[in-house]
Amino acid sequence: MSVQNKISQQFPTAQIEEKSDRLIVSINAELLREMAVMLYNDKELRFDFMRSLTGMDWGEAGFGVVYHLESTEDIKRQLELKVVIPDRENPFIDTVSDLWKTALLNEREVYDYFGVIFIGHPDMRRLYLRSEWKGFPLRKDYVRAEGLDMTNEEPDDSTVTWYRDKNGVPRSRRYNLFESGEYVVNIGPQHPATHGVLRFRVSLEGEFLKKLDVHCGYIHRGVEKLCESMTYQQTISLTDRLDYLSSLQNRHALCMCVEKAMGLELSDRIQYIRTIMDELQRINSHLLFFATFCMDLGALTSFFYGFRDREKILDILEETTGGRLTMHYNVIGGVEEDIHPNFVKRVKELLAYLPYALEEYRKVFTENIIAKNRLIGVGHLSREDAISFGATGPTGRGSNWACDVRKRIPYGVYDKVDFKEIVRSECDSYARYLIRMDEIKESMRIIETLIDNIPEGNYREKTKAVIRVPEGSYYTAVEASRGEFGVYLESRGDKSPYRLKFRSTGLPLIAGIDTISRGEKIADLIAIGASLDYVVPDIDR
Amino acid sequence: MFDFSIVTSSIHAWLSEYLSQGLAIFVECVAVGIGILALYAIIAIIMIYMERKVCAAFQCRIGPVRVGPFGLFQLIADVIKMLIKEIIIISHSDKFLYNLAPYVVIVGSVLAFACLPISQGLEILDFNIGVFFFLAVSSIGVIGILLAGWSSNNKFSLIGAMRSGSQMISYELSIGLSVLTVVALAGTMQFSEIVAMQSSGWLLFKGHIPAVIAFVVYLIAANAECNRGPFDLPEAESELTAGFHTEYSGMHFGLFYVAEFVNLFIVSAFAATVFLGGWMPFHVSGLDGFNRIMDYIPGALWFFGKSFFLVWVLMWIKWTFPRLRVDQILQLEWKYLVPIGLVNLSIMALCAVFGWHF
Amino acid sequence: MEVGKTKKKELVKIKSIPYKDFKNNDYLEEMVRELHENGVNVVVGALDEAINWGRGNSLWPLTFATSCCGIEFMSVGAARYDMARFGLEVARASPRQADFIMVAGTITDKMAPVLKRLYDQMADPKYVIAVGGCTISGGPFKHSYHVVKGIDQILPVDVFIPGCPPRPEAMLYGMMQLQRKVKLQRFFGDVNKKEVSEKEYEERMKRDMTANS
Repeated sequence: MSVQNKISQQFPTAQIEEKSDRLIVSINAELLREMAVMLYNDKELRFDFMRSLTGMDWGEAGFGVVYHLESTEDIKRQLELKVVIPDRENPFIDTVSDLWKTALLNEREVYDYFGVIFIGHPDMRRLYLRSEWKGFPLRKDYVRAEGLDMTNEEPDDSTVTWYRDKNGVPRSRRYNLFESGEYVVNIGPQHPATHGVLRFRVSLEGEFLKKLDVHCGYIHRGVEKLCESMTYQQTISLTDRLDYLSSLQNRHALCMCVEKAMGLELSDRIQYIRTIMDELQRINSHLLFFATFCMDLGALTSFFYGFRDREKILDILEETTGGRLTMHYNVIGGVEEDIHPNFVKRVKELLAYLPYALEEYRKVFTENIIAKNRLIGVGHLSREDAISFGATGPTGRGSNWACDVRKRIPYGVYDKVDFKEIVRSECDSYARYLIRMDEIKESMRIIETLIDNIPEGNYREKTKAVIRVPEGSYYTAVEASRGEFGVYLESRGDKSPYRLKFRSTGLPLIAGIDTISRGEKIADLIAIGASLDYVVPDIDR
Repeated sequence: MFDFSIVTSSIHAWLSEYLSQGLAIFVECVAVGIGILALYAIIAIIMIYMERKVCAAFQCRIGPVRVGPFGLFQLIADVIKMLIKEIIIISHSDKFLYNLAPYVVIVGSVLAFACLPISQGLEILDFNIGVFFFLAVSSIGVIGILLAGWSSNNKFSLIGAMRSGSQMISYELSIGLSVLTVVALAGTMQFSEIVAMQSSGWLLFKGHIPAVIAFVVYLIAANAECNRGPFDLPEAESELTAGFHTEYSGMHFGLFYVAEFVNLFIVSAFAATVFLGGWMPFHVSGLDGFNRIMDYIPGALWFFGKSFFLVWVLMWIKWTFPRLRVDQILQLEWKYLVPIGLVNLSIMALCAVFGWHF
Repeated sequence: MEVGKTKKKELVKIKSIPYKDFKNNDYLEEMVRELHENGVNVVVGALDEAINWGRGNSLWPLTFATSCCGIEFMSVGAARYDMARFGLEVARASPRQADFIMVAGTITDKMAPVLKRLYDQMADPKYVIAVGGCTISGGPFKHSYHVVKGIDQILPVDVFIPGCPPRPEAMLYGMMQLQRKVKLQRFFGDVNKKEVSEKEYEERMKRDMTANS
């Protein structure tokens, strides 16, 4: 029985629409819980991976939540579940965070943005904004209160959870995350090992970690709201600044999404250039990962090695794109400029050089006995947890989950090149580290295959000055340096998007950090955090 | 070899002519005190400059070059800056202990520094239990660190201090055992005698296998004792911001900073003294001509040369290895170094008794 | 196959600040020289100069970064750009021991009190460098609901380094400008906190140094 039939049989009221790449199912909020349980548990459906969870403000129709589901058993099973919450005054919806753990933080995000309360969610606090913040910023009728609150945040570990009493009326209950008498240490937001401004509240038992509570939002820039008031050409400048170490890939995702929506056909040259650039960026990012990873573990010299070699890639990228970090290279309909005449030559030089650098890293760090002792067996993330948290990228692949978007849903010219998807089954920090080192080699192979065969053609297709995307909803994903970076676009046919949501690569990772690090030592928390390799502006957006 | 005691005794004689015995000794003590503090400061500056240059060399950089030739005056600028920087007193701290802590650290460090024989006749504290005294005063520092961590009223400081306490007290044992091995061979605890008996060959060669083992164990333990990488847990930057001295600013922090580097020098100089002959030139018994040429090089040069060589080795280690975890540090000590040290000590005792050494 | 064959484009002329504008780095010194022409006390002046030489050449940054600019700041410290040449490499993780804070990256409403607190925790004399468009004006996120539109609203900024993110060379230039500025401040009776009241001190730190020379 097909997925479609099964759903319509069980839920006759559900509206089902079939698209080329996915099934769109729209239901009302009351049905959500029942349907989620079925989708998750049914042996034939088994939608165990939640790709994305998006809050929506559909104006008159009420609020909504859009779930993107996928089955890891069969890539073809893709589902977009749209849930409408008609009541604008008291928007309540049931939680699905007990099924897909990635919803733990994503539902808090929706609450933060729209004020939608998830009943049954264990921790219904704001995710990004301060608890005193007035209003819900992504609502269409939001007006920001004037002034800047400069009072210090009080350390408050109490949280609220909602449940239904026996009449079905939602009620709230407050409780404390940490018991009194626990030794709670605050790590961050200004801390050298949090890679930016992330904050952990950590309960310690001696050197051991009992519990961890993540606070984000210290670099929440409201990118999604900003995009709603920008034209499409303007929005692409912001993606570079989300995960600045995958700026080309992020932008690739957004451009691809808009191009797909407009039905724009790209020349092969563009696809080749974009693919090569993505891979260069991936090497760049993984080299930086190596640098910071070693620094967090105290091997300071390796940090400089990583940066030294990263500069070589930046030189190449700079020559063509003009930027070192925020490249602004992909545009809707192609790339900004053609590749520099030296590009091919210099990339080849780089490819010849990198193996020596990697060999040096192996000697100085990978094979180091102290490094091995610090990493092997530390920070275990099981495959089930990785899928449930939606921890994609090298983290997921380190937990034996083949989740590479380049293989799952090929884009660019990835279907034309031969490369291995590196998967390891050790599930620990060392595996996550080794995967990145091996991925550098795979990226080099991809570039090697492509660099000599860049076809002739336009580097930029003609587009109109003002782009209007046809009405509808679109989801596109690319494999960014640290996982699946998705773009969910809902258009009403205007010159700016109605809602633009970026699936963060980092948010699932930090959602899982409590599970991964519980019972480990405080020094391991640093190693785990470093091996997950999150970028905070990408988490906070 | 020039004996520096000629100079000191002539000064003493000259002073005694004008002053009473007691007053002369007092004047000498003051002069020596000032001298040792000045030397301490100079060593600190050299050490920090060296650290910055050495680490730059390891990291494909060039290090300070702009202030003075080769950046030589960089550290002087740092000292001036540090001296005038505000010293913040934390409001919820134990003020007395908070202010005391850096001085405890520095006093322990200076006392240990005073034990080192720099050249022949140029030793300040030299008596029959010198090695013992050295080990005792050099471990005063840990009290200062614990005080600093406790009185700062900061959780990171406290964790750092606790780590430091457990680490330093544990590694004290290995240092003691390996030093004991040498003492068993030398048969004395007086620094001047230990150095003097190395005129026929450094103890590292004389004691062959057990001495080499003791030397390696000592270097590892000494590195841990100075809280330096890969054992820099108490101030592990990526974990505890700045560890036990997170809350210290200005010159109070400066004292910790200086003590850390001079301690590194002290442990290296100690190793140079007991294993590599201190100021004693490189002698090969039998080759008198060679030995005489070696004697022309002043003792102080030998001493500093050997010490800074060991310092460089320790820096090399620091800038290469990642950091250990606290349980691994204690495991390394209690499961490996201490048993090795004990066995090694008994082997050395046998060697000493039966004369199986050179 | 040749790559650049598709469309040979003539090199684009980039409009930028003329290079000669970067050569008058001494404008601060010159301004002060003019103001100082009436003469200062020789002893105090010489002492001031010595102290300022020390202060100016020994500026230790605080390890602080929130976003993109932080990566470029790391590049400044790394092998190619090596800020250690100027003695700037001793990045301290604890604000108590740092001399200046490079505010590298967007400051949001939630981060603003934290940044202020960090600044308050630093020991005097202390300085602030605003790096990148976001810290100067909010940059590309100016219209966001959660971004501070310029950190000069909450901190007295000494040097602004524009860019998104600024190149490492620009950061080095900015830090050297800070060194110049520090070398020209009077330590006694000006940036030494103990001699003046708290409030007046704040005032003085905020004022441009050229105004009270």
